Amino acid sequence: MAVEYTWPPRDQTSVLGGSHNKVDGTAKCTGAAKYSYDINPDQMLLARALGCPHAHCKIKSIDTSAASKVKGVHLARALKKPGDEIRWQGDLVAVVVGETEGAVAEGLAAIKGDYELLEVFVNEEDLKAAEAAKRADKSGGKVQLQNEPEDENKDFENQEIERLFKEAAVVVEGYYGIRAITHMCLEPHGSTCDWRDGKLTAHLSTQNVSGTAGQFAGPLKITTDDITVHCDYIGGGFGSKFSADSWGTKCAELSKELNRPVKLMLDRDLELKNAGNRPSGFANVKIGADDQGVITIWDSHHWSTGGFGGGSVPQDVMPYVIVPPNFRRRVTNVKTNTAAARAWRAPNHPQGSAMSQTAIDDVAAKLGLDSYDVFLRNLVNVKDRGDVYAEEMKIAAKLIDWKAKWHPHGKGPAQGSIVTGLGMAIHTWGGGGVPSGCLIKIHPDGGVESFAASQDLGTGTRTVIAIVLAETFGLPVSAIKVNIGSSKLPASSPSGGSITVASVSESHRHGGLDALAQMKKLVAEKLKVEADSLVAKDGRIRDKSDPSKGLSWKEACSLLGMNALEVKGRGAPSPKSKLSSSGVAGVQMAEVAVDRETGVVKMKKFVAVQDMGLVVNRKTAESQIYGAMIMGIAGALFEERILDPKTGAFLNAEIADYRLPRLGDIGELVVEIYEPDSERARGVIGLGEPPVISPGAAISNAVCNALGVRVGVLPLTPKQVLDTLKARKA
Amino acid sequence: MNPTELSAHGKSGVSRRAFLKGSGAAAAATALVHGPGLVAEETKPNVVSVGLNTITLDVNGKQQKVDVEPRTTLLEALRLGLNLTGAKPISVDGSSGGSTVLLGGKPVSANSILALECIGKPIVTVEGLGGNSTAISGEIAVGAIDPVCRAFVNHDASQCGFCTPGFVMAVKAFLAKNPKATEAQIREGLNGNLCRCGTYANVIPAVVDVVKGARNGS
Ligand code: FES
Repeated sequence: MAVEYTWPPRDQTSVLGGSHNKVDGTAKCTGAAKYSYDINPDQMLLARALGCPHAHCKIKSIDTSAASKVKGVHLARALKKPGDEIRWQGDLVAVVVGETEGAVAEGLAAIKGDYELLEVFVNEEDLKAAEAAKRADKSGGKVQLQNEPEDENKDFENQEIERLFKEAAVVVEGYYGIRAITHMCLEPHGSTCDWRDGKLTAHLSTQNVSGTAGQFAGPLKITTDDITVHCDYIGGGFGSKFSADSWGTKCAELSKELNRPVKLMLDRDLELKNAGNRPSGFANVKIGADDQGVITIWDSHHWSTGGFGGGSVPQDVMPYVIVPPNFRRRVTNVKTNTAAARAWRAPNHPQGSAMSQTAIDDVAAKLGLDSYDVFLRNLVNVKDRGDVYAEEMKIAAKLIDWKAKWHPHGKGPAQGSIVTGLGMAIHTWGGGGVPSGCLIKIHPDGGVESFAASQDLGTGTRTVIAIVLAETFGLPVSAIKVNIGSSKLPASSPSGGSITVASVSESHRHGGLDALAQMKKLVAEKLKVEADSLVAKDGRIRDKSDPSKGLSWKEACSLLGMNALEVKGRGAPSPKSKLSSSGVAGVQMAEVAVDRETGVVKMKKFVAVQDMGLVVNRKTAESQIYGAMIMGIAGALFEERILDPKTGAFLNAEIADYRLPRLGDIGELVVEIYEPDSERARGVIGLGEPPVISPGAAISNAVCNALGVRVGVLPLTPKQVLDTLKARKA
Repeated sequence: MNPTELSAHGKSGVSRRAFLKGSGAAAAATALVHGPGLVAEETKPNVVSVGLNTITLDVNGKQQKVDVEPRTTLLEALRLGLNLTGAKPISVDGSSGGSTVLLGGKPVSANSILALECIGKPIVTVEGLGGNSTAISGEIAVGAIDPVCRAFVNHDASQCGFCTPGFVMAVKAFLAKNPKATEAQIREGLNGNLCRCGTYANVIPAVVDVVKGARNGS
């Protein structure tokens, strides 16, 4: 019997698509879940690193002699040599290992560094200054024009663009941007490394359990078979924890050298300075549109920094989603004295959105049109899923009561100094699965286990796997024992780019159906029926139409004999797979209240309508969207990396100084999952990234709608708002 | 920048934050004399008993012996001394709420209080809420764990979960004071805890549920 790799239709599911508690929710909510930071092997020593106080310098000397003598300190060591160049504040220059936090801190304080200061540049927003400092580097772009030059006209591009702007009913020019932020994982980067008898166990806080083990081999001079990376729980990653990192392998080396387990986690400030930031993005944009707001020509130049090595928000996210037939986009990379940027949830999309869907809203403002209508008309300029956006817009508008609440930009009623406004944005993401192995075991006594290296970032990986296998075998979710979090298990994909849920759903469903086919064969032989006539449902393998004809799961498993049935899940999803696919839309609408006197923006209501193919667990899917919206509110209204322009010092690298939303800041959030049969039929698609993209533009547009003035650069802090209002008056 | 922070590795102006980060015994000595309930006298400002001492802490209803230095924070004593790792080190000064425990019934950040200051006062950590089981299961019987934990699980109020134990303890303390809290009061009163994953929208209905449950006597 050929196995058909599909999902059951909606009306024939038992647990798939329902709302389930996370299987590890209790462990997380009672403190029983152990994170890398929480692993305390016997005899463990503590290590901390020292960050360089300067953003750009040459090391003259790092003197650890006094630190070595501190009582309770076992080792103090420089991580850099004289002559080494430091290119951002906080780069690790020394490490101290000791018995207690106090001893280690005292050791760190006793280290003397001598540095030769070099020229610092950190203000990438000021492009002229970056050029003057030779930190800017034009890195390309793209021009697409519908018309072709008639002859050898060298200036065709400029002339054609000029012509298109002349023909446009309206031209809008603006400056937009979004400042750099950090990942701010609440569990900082780091590990507890345990070297024993020539083997290493690294309890590493990682999004990449399978991929990091090998990174320890070289530094420890062993091969990967002697290494286990272990991570049951991770306290946040958001794209910054794919690598073992220099401090991870250092921790392992120290454990080997001292022959004791060592814990080395970054301090909060070093975490923010070193271990993950998202590139900023600033853009000059000029748009031409017809009198209905449909964009005909786009011309933009954006610049940003990915850190000391340059890099930037790439050109292809400008303009974002809505791409007119004629456009020109240019990019400049700026090098700053900051740590290298890392992938941050939906890499580059939030910046692209914040720099372009704001400009589109300014077209609506200039024409005095309803933003909803302008976005809707511009769906002609969307390449994929235009119909899905249109449907999602309808639903979102209803949920936020757009029609009743809408007023033209700046024309709403004021209550004292408070004005309100509406804004929207649309986004897209891939989220397809990648090769990810698994092993499924069915024991003769009925027990079911699954094994995959993988990891759970908070999406509920364990729960997704349990639901998929429970649905496949007709068992309750609690009957499936899911094992993840060790590099000794079948290799899985890293968790990033929203690929995990599609990957593990694909491989576990695939392996599960193969295992079930074998179980059905055994039952069919026993009952002398056709295997094709059997289904697994309600804890039985039984006849499709006559539930009484069959065996209980346990009886069926007893047919296995002595040994467990072991089946491997298929690694790679094929492009034709019905189990998973890639590519989603998504619409968000925000309602804000702005105080013109204080500049404070308050979230009133925020609606997200999101498609994701087939929903595996409704409860955790909704949580992902809520979480992404809140993270988006953070970037829109609160968080930014603040650097001292002269010294390059990271001024807000502690939680008390780095503003993030708190529970009282989020307003009313509404989530609607868009899952008609047409979307469900596409199979599982990842969800973590898409809903984090739109908040910046949607909230900025709402603020603009309230004030009648664009506050160009996110976050829209009270100062940004007041400065913009003041500049407008002047 | 907070000017005292710049000199965290320097000689002067040691902030409470830098001190609690453990930056130097000299800082500890100076700060300790002003600490409540400690022995050093004003006249001998730089004398402090260094080294390990065994003290007894009243944690989750049990008298537990733990070795501490005068500069050991309650958080370090709990996590490293007693292997109670529910309270998390997230910020240096308690501004994340991640290390929240109850001390004498009141919420404190375990990383901004010294272990020595806690002698003789009952300490409740998240592990004391009766749910210290590593069992992986989605279904929880009423009474098996604290109603606050249970509501957090049922409302999926944890993602990565790193902030969650601190949040649970903050809610516990908040509800002890405000057993009939309205949703508006919940939004007002629980701003000491930071969650990066964005679970606030799930925490709010979880807390509302606990209030309702208490009212219904379940
Ligand atoms: S659940 Fe991850 S920080 Fe709150």
